[in-house]
Amino acid sequence: MNMHTQPQRTPAETALIDAFGERLSLLPGDGAVMLKRDDAIEAIKHGLPTRRIESWHYTDLRRLLNVVPDFDPAAAAKAIAPIVEGSAILPVLNGVSSAKLPAIEGVTVQRLSEKLTDGSVAPRLDPYGADDAIGALNTAFVADGYFVDIADGAELEKPVELQNLQAGGQTHVRLLTRAGAGAKAVIVERQTGEGAALVSSVSQLVLGDGAEVTWLIVQEQPDTATHLAQFKAHLGKDAKLTLFVMNAGGKLVRQEIVVRTTGEGADFTLRGINLLAGDTHTDVTMVLDHAVPHTTSTEVIRNVVTGKARGVFQGRINVHQYAQKTNAKMACNTLLLSDDGEFSTKPELEIFADDVVCGHGATVTEIDHNHLFYLMARGIDVKSARGLLVKAFVAEVIEELDDEAIVEALETRLDGWFATHG
Amino acid sequence: MLEIRNLHARIVDDGTEIIRGLNLTVKAGEVAAIMGPNGSGKSTLSYILAGREDYEVTEGDILYNGQSILEMDPAERATAGIFLAFQYPMEIPGVATMEFLKVAMNEQRKARGEEPLKIPEFLKRVKDAAGSLNMDMAMLKRPLNVGFSGGEKKRAEILQMKLLEPKLCVLDETDSGLDIDALKIVSDGVNALRSPERAIVVITHYQRLLEHIVPDSVHVLYKGQVIKSGDKSLALDLEANGYAGVIGQAA
Repeated sequence: MNMHTQPQRTPAETALIDAFGERLSLLPGDGAVMLKRDDAIEAIKHGLPTRRIESWHYTDLRRLLNVVPDFDPAAAAKAIAPIVEGSAILPVLNGVSSAKLPAIEGVTVQRLSEKLTDGSVAPRLDPYGADDAIGALNTAFVADGYFVDIADGAELEKPVELQNLQAGGQTHVRLLTRAGAGAKAVIVERQTGEGAALVSSVSQLVLGDGAEVTWLIVQEQPDTATHLAQFKAHLGKDAKLTLFVMNAGGKLVRQEIVVRTTGEGADFTLRGINLLAGDTHTDVTMVLDHAVPHTTSTEVIRNVVTGKARGVFQGRINVHQYAQKTNAKMACNTLLLSDDGEFSTKPELEIFADDVVCGHGATVTEIDHNHLFYLMARGIDVKSARGLLVKAFVAEVIEELDDEAIVEALETRLDGWFATHG
Repeated sequence: MLEIRNLHARIVDDGTEIIRGLNLTVKAGEVAAIMGPNGSGKSTLSYILAGREDYEVTEGDILYNGQSILEMDPAERATAGIFLAFQYPMEIPGVATMEFLKVAMNEQRKARGEEPLKIPEFLKRVKDAAGSLNMDMAMLKRPLNVGFSGGEKKRAEILQMKLLEPKLCVLDETDSGLDIDALKIVSDGVNALRSPERAIVVITHYQRLLEHIVPDSVHVLYKGQVIKSGDKSLALDLEANGYAGVIGQAA
């Protein structure tokens, strides 16, 4: 008789392990890829992370993700209009990439299923750290996505919009992108759908020397979906990455951001807005490594909390011993609009270099009553006035993006959220 | 148009009574100046008229066109035609000035049962009003009052007043922070709004503003009461002799 020392598995853990056995024959991958998948499912067999694991302290995944939906081969998602008109669309419908793709000058796009089959992406499937549950879930099940290669020096005129659209069931998608030296691009990552889905989505970006990328994650899952996402980037010498994350949906959301500066002069900007409503849980967790000297970063997260929503921001900045002259600033500001809502912020600075400028700040506020009075004194009723002020609180971060088409597109998404939740 | 009867009001937070039995009547078409030393309750009075919740009326009433406004919130008072030009206009980051103007104008129109303004008509009105106040349209693209100088903020207040066309205008120390040229422009803006259907209450420290906006009546506020009323010569008297004489007579 076997003796099990592990705690009893949750329905979700059991379902994931069973699903892996059933789907194994359907998953693309050469020997190297399949080995990574085996390692990943082993990690899941040890159990989903609980609050006892530090990086999951505020998001007890084992408790929150108690059940998962089955895979649904009949689910049918449809491509949607891009947020910026004229963007090149790369759709992933229900976890499956498209064979018919737009031609984009300076960009080579391959279906990830092919890159899994030939094994060329196997090295990219490694987990980061010991508690990489999202990475493990994705590596075990990922079947498709895209590999996007932006040639050295290519300057894209229009954004590329990666659409990850679900219609229920489970989807596990990976988007690998390389921006060549000196390349310039705007990439939109849309995450939405209409099903009671479990989505895992991992985006990996490598910026070559001097590359400049603005990457916008627009997450608008329905409040029936669990969305577990990861964004990982390496920034080469003088590379500049602006990452904008908008969470405006989902029942259980965790967006991890793992960024590493690997070349001097690299600059990372993170701007995030979390619009939280209903009985939902949204977690943004960032780990930023300043690994070389003379690199800079700023992070600003703005949160609006309504209803019974719970939000988390964990921001960890590691400044390595060798990374002198690092300049990093992080801020997390929350507008708490409901007595039942909550937001937890955990900034962490771990600094091993001695000549750096690093700072962080966090605020939790309500609507400023002086501002409200001023707007009402002009005849704007209390509801509209509150709406204007709440929108202003987050719009400030959007306007920093300084590109009219993008600002307008994101404000439209913002208006959409306020129209249904304001 | 405005009748304040035996008004008593205090600060909600600490219960300090600021207005102590104030009586004042302002008729349609009248420009009334309220003067008084620091701490006499001038700004408090303006906030109470606009409906700020930090103050609580404990006694008396404020009638606007014969109706009590005490139960109305600031937005209801504004749509009814009461406008307060703030002494210190609020800076509101993230709210674009043009967007704010459009929302305010259209909310008031909506409350009166009128159609919202079409964009070209809205733009034309703003452009005309801004032009008459020597304001740069580029300024209006910025967030509301953010980075405006003291004088620009005051002009922006008068701009809003012109656009919203209120019936009762309360100007709280609109002259503070203005240089002579700006004072002239702002005063001209206010004078252009003088009409038989409109009342204007000018709260000020100094006679200076009243040389440009000539009042029909002058009221001296002291310790939360109107202690003396007169015509424009009262303002000149105060300028020459200070408040001490008037306060002495009342005491």
